[in-house]
Amino acid sequence: MADNKGVLVVGEVAEGKLLPITGELLGAGRRLADELKEPLSCILISDKVGDLTKAAIAAGADRVYVTEDPQLKDYANDTYIQVMEKAAKELALRIILMGQTSIGRDLAPKLAFRLGVSATMDCLELAIDPATKLMNCTRPVYGGNARAIFTSEGLPQVATVRQKASTPLAPDAGRSGEVIPFPVTLDASKIRVKVLETVKEEVAGVKLEDAQTVVAGGRGMGGPEPFTKELAELAKVLKGAVGASRPPCDNKWVPDSIQIGLTGKIIAPELYIAVAISGSSQHMSGCSGSKTIVAINKDPEANIFKEARFGVVGDWKVVLPAFTAKVKELVQ
Amino acid sequence: MNMIVCCKQVLDPEAAPSTFKLDAANNRMVQPPEVKPVVNPYDEQAVEAALRIKDKDKTQKVSIISLGNNLIRDVVKKPLSMGADELFLLEDPAFEGGDSYSIAMALAAAIKKIGQYDIIFCGRQESEWDDGQVGTGIAEILGIPCVTVAKKVDVIDGGKLRVERVTADGYQVLEVTTPCVITVSNELGEARYATLKGIMAASKKQPTVWKPADIGLEKAGAAVRKSKIVKLFQPVKEGKCEIVSADSPAEAGALLAQKLRENKVI
Repeated sequence: MADNKGVLVVGEVAEGKLLPITGELLGAGRRLADELKEPLSCILISDKVGDLTKAAIAAGADRVYVTEDPQLKDYANDTYIQVMEKAAKELALRIILMGQTSIGRDLAPKLAFRLGVSATMDCLELAIDPATKLMNCTRPVYGGNARAIFTSEGLPQVATVRQKASTPLAPDAGRSGEVIPFPVTLDASKIRVKVLETVKEEVAGVKLEDAQTVVAGGRGMGGPEPFTKELAELAKVLKGAVGASRPPCDNKWVPDSIQIGLTGKIIAPELYIAVAISGSSQHMSGCSGSKTIVAINKDPEANIFKEARFGVVGDWKVVLPAFTAKVKELVQ
Repeated sequence: MNMIVCCKQVLDPEAAPSTFKLDAANNRMVQPPEVKPVVNPYDEQAVEAALRIKDKDKTQKVSIISLGNNLIRDVVKKPLSMGADELFLLEDPAFEGGDSYSIAMALAAAIKKIGQYDIIFCGRQESEWDDGQVGTGIAEILGIPCVTVAKKVDVIDGGKLRVERVTADGYQVLEVTTPCVITVSNELGEARYATLKGIMAASKKQPTVWKPADIGLEKAGAAVRKSKIVKLFQPVKEGKCEIVSADSPAEAGALLAQKLRENKVI
């Protein structure tokens, strides 16, 4: 185990592109690798990886391992674990990083238990302890009310990193790196979970995770209509997207795919307008990276006012139309 | 089908953030007297997923396992009052202070002792550490498949399950062989309430209590954890919200827009 070296980022590929989390992980991984004076690698797993290896090198990787197989087009833990178990054992790594994404939150614990090591989930910050060379991982606990720094002794140390928590490097097409095929023969007898279908619940307009402005509603909206009327109107004026806290999703007022929070989407827009959202820790975990938070809530004691930069205490039914009208006037 | 649901007793995650306090010296949370323990909400939804399968065939059995120390009977019995059949408690001071690894080890050992299982349900994560690893860990220890973050679970032919797994932009439809572990997400829908009849029945049922030695473990909890807490702290919040007020709420709304413009936010 003393020979374990280097940092490996598990990249994510979708529709022929590297997902933004991969750049963020390579940024975080680069800083760790430089501190350790060890190489940074990236593994890309898909049916076809092609030229994406160049993007991974430009984003900071010294080596890119490529595993291609038609069976790896869609993520399934029983196939991806076969690739990662082989990679972890043959490459003898010090650190393996994944995103706290649909894939990473499923694969990271599976890999850690398979290898008999510990995984630290949903990290905000990673640092190397110079004395032990072990990674210290800072993550939110108690629904975002507190933070804990974890470490573990078994190598590799496995961690997932929250989306938008680390800064990618500026892509540098002049960086050099090595592309290494990493073929894996998948054992069909170990594939017990099969993907029958992948269903996308597309939301019209700007995607929530890409929007520079997000207008979100909470339990206090009272029903589905305000999401398609008042909130959608404001979002349209600001060229943004509509989101929600958990109660509107649980009440089926809006699709689950627009839930912002610890177990929904993690977003970090320039402007986050929270309407009738109390601001539970669970919800704030999904939007606290926003540059400016604005709150409209009738309860002056609501936690959201502790998180917001600007706020109005009042009933959204009265405040919001006047606010939207004035915004329209100002931005046009 | 024999179904086992793992349920954790946690402090009510819906409690106001202002009640939250830490005992930083001992790296643990202080339990405020006004915050009551409850069944972890995702675990209640895992119970619901199992009961929906039982609704279709009453001969199917739902067993509950809870792990901890000084567990409050009214809390851990709630799944029984919702309709589960039996309750196992892994209850001993030695189970305290564990991480996902030690908890998964103990739960897997108890599941092996129970012996008959087709589906093991867990919540997608618990509300204190939000780790989301225990279900996957149990599956790995038992060598069985696992589907995480499920919103719908149906039994299909040949003892297989059809599971809808939530993804960032929709869901995957998966087929998985049994025995397996399924972790359940809130998209499954609300858990049922306990009925009066259920509460009466639950009050008569006595849980089976096991200590580490009863499930073949020499050590448990803090003694076998793999992750170490270096530090636990509360991030400092700046809390400098500028409350915009005016003669009427509507005027305050308009003034807010102006404020955002002045500060180049819009």
